[in-house]
Amino acid sequence: MSPQPTPAASQPAASAHDSAYVRIQDVSKRFGDFTAVDHVSLDIRRGEIFCLLGGSGSGKTTLLRMLAGFETPTTGRIEIDGQDLGSVPPYERPVNMMFQSYALFPHMSVEKNVAFGLEQERLGRDDIRRQVGEILEIVKMSGYAARKPHQLSGGQRQRVALARALVKRPKLLLLDEPLAALDRKLREHTQFELLNIQQRLGVTFIVVTHDQEEAMTLGTRLGVMNHGRIVQVGTPSDIYESPATRFVADFIGSVNMFEGRVSANGADGLCITSADLGCTVRAERPGVGTHGATVWTAIRPEKIQISRTPPAGAAAARNENVVGGTVQEIAYMGDMSIYLVRLDSGSVLRVTLPNVRRGTERPIGREERVWLSWHGSSPVVLAE
Amino acid sequence: MALVARLESGGAGRVATPVRPSQATGRRLIAAVPTLWLLVLFLIPFLIVFRISFSEVRLAIPPYTPLFSWHHGSPHVEVHWSAYSFLFTDPMYVSSYLYSLKVAAVATLCCLALGYPMAYAIARAGPATRPLLLMLIVLPFWTSFLLRVYAWIGLLKNNGVINNVLLSLGVIQHPLALIQTDFAVYIGIVYSYLPFMILPLYANLEKHDGTLLEAAADLGARPWRAFVAITLPQSLPGVAAGSLLVFIPAVGEYVIPTLLGRPDQLMIGRVLSDEFFENRDWPVASAVAILILLLLVVPIMLFQRVQRRELEGAK
Repeated sequence: MSPQPTPAASQPAASAHDSAYVRIQDVSKRFGDFTAVDHVSLDIRRGEIFCLLGGSGSGKTTLLRMLAGFETPTTGRIEIDGQDLGSVPPYERPVNMMFQSYALFPHMSVEKNVAFGLEQERLGRDDIRRQVGEILEIVKMSGYAARKPHQLSGGQRQRVALARALVKRPKLLLLDEPLAALDRKLREHTQFELLNIQQRLGVTFIVVTHDQEEAMTLGTRLGVMNHGRIVQVGTPSDIYESPATRFVADFIGSVNMFEGRVSANGADGLCITSADLGCTVRAERPGVGTHGATVWTAIRPEKIQISRTPPAGAAAARNENVVGGTVQEIAYMGDMSIYLVRLDSGSVLRVTLPNVRRGTERPIGREERVWLSWHGSSPVVLAE
Repeated sequence: MALVARLESGGAGRVATPVRPSQATGRRLIAAVPTLWLLVLFLIPFLIVFRISFSEVRLAIPPYTPLFSWHHGSPHVEVHWSAYSFLFTDPMYVSSYLYSLKVAAVATLCCLALGYPMAYAIARAGPATRPLLLMLIVLPFWTSFLLRVYAWIGLLKNNGVINNVLLSLGVIQHPLALIQTDFAVYIGIVYSYLPFMILPLYANLEKHDGTLLEAAADLGARPWRAFVAITLPQSLPGVAAGSLLVFIPAVGEYVIPTLLGRPDQLMIGRVLSDEFFENRDWPVASAVAILILLLLVVPIMLFQRVQRRELEGAK
């Protein structure tokens, strides 16, 4: 930060504040023969919402449980704010967790549930009451202090669980599928509220979820996990627009993926011929793969244009990034429509179009002959 | 009976769901069987005993005065309180009642102190060892109850196994008076009734949600604090069920105090049996039985209240 030389002792602390608040170094967890978490290294910054995204069995929950202290890493090291958490039991960690089932104590009132953590710190009774009152105010549950958990709705329980975890002012809050138990309408609302509360209190969040939509809206950064490994770390748009592997491209959002062969790799981009697609793909961004290598091309459905006439232009003239087909199926979703187009090669492409205008005069119908085209920036070329 | 039925339903209770009329008749039919059973084998005999307790002894068959009789062509009802008043004139009865309550209470506490950790350990044991441990708890039932109590005589008597071992080791010079003491009665009752404490406690503890303890640890509670704040209060219905399953039969226990206990201090079950078979005083015996029941009504109603609160909590 400052140009003048700093004493060696203060340097690691300072750097921990700037870049890595939570540092996970080469952590593995094995249960017998099964490796749940496989050599994971991650740096999480102070004040961010980091989403661990992955399918079931990807190791995301095990990683979270190791941060909370319920599991000990087989190998590797976990640090928070420069403190090694290796042998620290859960009840002494500056970390709190919001459980997927919320794990509210059924025999205690809302107030008692929230006060539980503070009582363990042996704070004064007035102090506890004040802090509990404040946090219940923040999660808008002040009117429910005397209720028991079974007298609350799912959304209310979620707020109590959040309040109970936040009232201890943890350095790190772990959230295990925080919205999974809520219905769709409530989820959207709660998502934005969660962001709001996080920004107000400035607590670092790590969220585990299998729901990519949840991860995209909540997370400042995402870590995609598969088979116990972190496959890619980046901002939501990094992950969506530039997936690093076929798994990530396929897991986040929907994607059209085609196998092909690199036919040219020059300054103006990468040319891929694909028998599956029946045309040449030209990707502007320098991609992976030497001449003749097998690669996969991923194109998002919303990045494809659909038209009744063959598009004009130099690229189209060269039969690049344009392909003909017949509309096979249309799904009207209200805000957009999904078209499944059978290409001349026999493969099916998925195209989504926003329904910008009300009642288009002559919408593209089934069995109609169409041309699909995309810009050279759209295809993502993946080696694995 | 009602007690056992509640326990089998799991204690936590189910949420009532709306029922179709055909289902309702089916349920009524099923409920009719135990109702009939209780009516014929419990309520009617109880009424007979109740009625005998308001009679006087008479040398006849049956050996008590009738409740209804015909006197000069008109019906005549004879109600005698003498059996009840007699129980309070002889201090032997009151002392037997109090002694029985004391023995049952102390034995119940001992069962709880021994049974809770055992039930807890079984509930926390791995899925492979759990059935084995439960099997060990139930195993004593494979031999006759009477035989097992007799075996304790062999262990506790003056030249029994325990005294002989201690004498030969030189720990004691004279045999300890173990048999025919309160101690022997406690041993017998705790040994015989421990499974009735462990099983309902286990049924409760086994259902506990482990993530609640994780949540408590996460919020800064050490394991012991988490146990006191989370596990213990949630296990209270199990504690109540187990304690009453031990306490209620222990109050009227007959075999154990007769075989192992003091000859100078009888428990009320023995008094009851003596009145029937030795003294052939059926009215007094019936009055003793009715009073035992009255004494047990309080704990049974307590139990029902605990259960009802549980059911409401579950909803």
